[in-house]
Parts: sequence; C-alpha cells; structure tokens
Amino acid sequence: MAEILFKLLEITIIIALLIPIAAMLVWVERRMIGIWQDRLGPNRVGPFGILQSLADLLKILGKEDWIPPFSDRLVFIIAPVIGAVCVLMSFAVIPFSPNIGVSDLNIGLLFFLAMASLSVYSVVLAGWASNSKYALLGGMRAAAQTVSYEVFMGLSVMGVVLLTGSFNLREIVLAQESGWLIQTQFLGFVIFLIAGIAESHRLPFDLPEAETELTAGFHTEYSGLKFALFFLGEYLSVTLISAMSVVLFFGGWLMPEPLASWLPPLVWFILKILFFVMFFILLRTSLPRPRFDQLLSFGWKYMLPLALINLLATAAFKLGGFYG
Amino acid sequence: MADSDNKSHHQKEKSNALSTALDMFVSQLRTMALVLKHTFTKADTVEYPEQKPYLAPRYRGRIVLTRDPDGEERCVGCNLCAAACPVDCIALQQTIDEDGRKRADFFRVNFSRCILCGFCEEACPTYAIQLTPDVELAEYDRQNLVYEKEHLLISGVGKYPDYSFYRHSGIEVDIKGERKAKGGAQQEKPPINIKGLMP
Repeated sequence: MAEILFKLLEITIIIALLIPIAAMLVWVERRMIGIWQDRLGPNRVGPFGILQSLADLLKILGKEDWIPPFSDRLVFIIAPVIGAVCVLMSFAVIPFSPNIGVSDLNIGLLFFLAMASLSVYSVVLAGWASNSKYALLGGMRAAAQTVSYEVFMGLSVMGVVLLTGSFNLREIVLAQESGWLIQTQFLGFVIFLIAGIAESHRLPFDLPEAETELTAGFHTEYSGLKFALFFLGEYLSVTLISAMSVVLFFGGWLMPEPLASWLPPLVWFILKILFFVMFFILLRTSLPRPRFDQLLSFGWKYMLPLALINLLATAAFKLGGFYG
Repeated sequence: MADSDNKSHHQKEKSNALSTALDMFVSQLRTMALVLKHTFTKADTVEYPEQKPYLAPRYRGRIVLTRDPDGEERCVGCNLCAAACPVDCIALQQTIDEDGRKRADFFRVNFSRCILCGFCEEACPTYAIQLTPDVELAEYDRQNLVYEKEHLLISGVGKYPDYSFYRHSGIEVDIKGERKAKGGAQQEKPPINIKGLMP
C-alpha cells in the first residue's frame, strides 16, 4: 500500500515538474531564436522575461474557448487531450536517474513507439473534427508524415536493441556503462533524430502546422485552453524525443568518470536533454520547410533504406563478434 | 558503343544524384553552423522606452506653431497649410487685429489623421508651422489627439531664429508697441508719391 502511494507521489511530482518545464521551453525557445536572429526575445516579464510563459498562460486563460458550431464537438474536445496524454504516458518509461523513473517496463521502447503512434490520432482527429479545409489538410499531412516516419524510427532503434539485447530502457542505459551507443550507432542516431523531429512535427518538418501555407494547420480552429494543450503536447514531445535520444544513444544519466562525480546523475541527464532541446530550437531557426512530396520521398527513398542498412550492418557486426 | 555510352551516362547520373544529396545535407549543416555563430553577435534591438533612438533635428514629428524673434505669432492664417495638407487634418480661421496684424482665430491639427508628411511646413510662407523631432504622440483617448492653437504654439522661434514676417513686409502694424509705417520694413524703400511730378 505504502509502495503504491509512493509511486503515485513520484508520478505526481514528475508530471508537476514536466508541465512547467514544457511551458518554460516556450520562453527558452523564443529567447534562443531571438539570440540567433540578433534580437533579444521576450525579456519584459520578470527577470530576463522568465515569467513570459506565465503571462502567456494567463492570457490564454482569458481567451474565449470557442468550439466551432460546424465541428464534430466530442472529437474536437477529445483530440488535444489525446496528444498531451500520449506524450505524458511515454515519460512513464523514461529512466531519469538510477532510482527515479515511473516504470521499468520490459518493453519500454515498444511502449514509447506505441505512444508515438497513438499521438497521431490527436492531430488527425483534430484536423478531421474541425471540419475546415486548412485543418483537414494539416491532419492529412500529419497522418502521411507520421506514418511514414514511424517506420524507420522503429527500425533505427532496433540497432540499439540488437546491441543491448533489451527493450527495457533502464537496461539499455546500464548497458552503456562501458561506452555510449553513439559510438557504434551514429547512423541510427541521426535517423532516429530526424524521425523524432518529424514525429513531434517541429520545424523543418512542421508541415501539419505550416503557418505560411495552412494558417495553423490542424489546430486552426482551436483557441483558449485546448490550443494551449496542443502547444504543451508539442513542447513535451520535444522534451520526450530529446530524452529518448539521450537514453538510447548518449548513455542516459551516465557520464565518463571524472565528470560523473561532479554532478548528480539526474542533473547530467537534464543537461543532456537541454543540449538536444537547444538543437531542436537551432533547427527551427535555421532550416526551411521542405515541400510535402519532398518530405515523403526523403523519408521513403533515403531514410528507410539507410535505416535498413544500419540494422543489417549492426546485425552483421554483432554476428561477426565485432562488439565482443 | 551506344550501349556503353548509355550505361556510363546512367552511372554518371546516379553518382550525381548521390553527390547532390550529399551537397544538400552539407548545405543544411552549414546553414545551422552559420546560425549558431550568431550566438556571439550583438543584438540589433534598441530597447525603446529606456533607450531613445537618435532623431535628427529635421525629423518630421509633432507639428508646432512658432513665434518670431519679437515673441509674436508668426502664423498669418493664410490657409496655405490647410490647402496643402493631403489628409485635411488642419483647420483654421483667419482674423485681423485692430492694428492690421493677421492671426489665426483658431488653429486645429488633428494628429489622429496627420501623416507627418511636412507639406504644411513647405507651404507655409512665414515659417510659422514647423515639424519637430517628437514622435511620442500616443494617447488613450482619440479626442486628445486633436491639438488646439494653445497646444501647438511654442514660445521659441524654431528652425529660423532671425526671421520675422512683419519686419519684412510692407504691412502697417505695431511691433513692440511701436507703429511700423509703410516703408519702414527691412529692405523696403519709402513709398513713392505716384501722383507727384518730380523725377
């Protein structure tokens, strides 16, 4: 009984920390984009503008939460919830540090992939239920994009599974004690990251939103708190993909010895995640958005074969006893 | 022969496709590196309310009505500024004082319409209406943007410190309590008796 209560407390704390962190990311992103575009970014609310997200939240709470009369009401309301819940569920299998982590699921990696697939429903249903052409186009793009990028996202992490012999994320981290998997799985990492960007539909793969062509894509008709939920889901999934990259390829909370004793494992884990979040933001500032057909042909013609080659080569090396 | 040509051409195309793919990839990385470099460049932002940007003395901002060096209003109410104004934001009415001096009875500039083009300043024959480098005209109430004559008049001479219309012109007026008769203006010759016979 006490154990269950303790677990519930842990879950509550993780969620209570994740959501403000995701909100803070909005401010971090705007500041960083500002710096990279030779501007300042939001710096008015609180010291260095750190309370900008709070101000945004208050503003968004004050907005009218409008449900279009032409929409499919129930689905319209459920869609943003699915997105946020799926991403939060994925965090259940992330091992944050040697003794923090909600669940040591023995199929943790598969669970993550399953949740990533499920979160497509959020976007597709939002686009469909909105009953407007921009939203529908966005939802359709999201469906095609996510389905095709999921294929090689799964394939790219199979190399990791081959090398560590486990689907359990905690065991995958512990297997990297002798050396991070990025050394042997560099190609797999690049493919996973590209697929991850597409999964979280961030720039340059933000075609489901694509402000310049589709107004706001699948969430064109959304306002108020439901819009905020989509936003939260997006930033949570940025954090999630960063965390997964760290767990799978960069040794999770592990650090080489002289560095490891400087800071607690959890702090190292967060620092590594921050590095990838910064990378996501840099991608957003610097790269243009591809055309939709380019995106799909890039996925099927280049990424999928590369992922297969990576998997085959890893398997061959493994069989050849290259990794000992 | 033709077959081998075709084959080599095909191979060439294939390697081209690969190298363009690589080129594209490298170009994306280069773009990111170039953007990353901007971490260390200074922001161009001017943080406006705290940090005022420099406005040149001839910057076209808020309109004022100036006075001549004697402290009298320069405006003679000729209406040329109102005629020149492309958005019709100037309204005024001329009156004539007992001593012969012409003035604007009222002079009204609606700054919610004014586009700060400076045509009124160019049209003004007496350098009365002038634009100043003050651009902070924001108001909470639209009515407060309608400036009357007492709001527009300043105590100084503006851009032309020595110019005085009535000291130049041949109009009979009182200047500083002294009557300036015909022919008394600067660079003005005394009036000629056109009915006289003397050369």
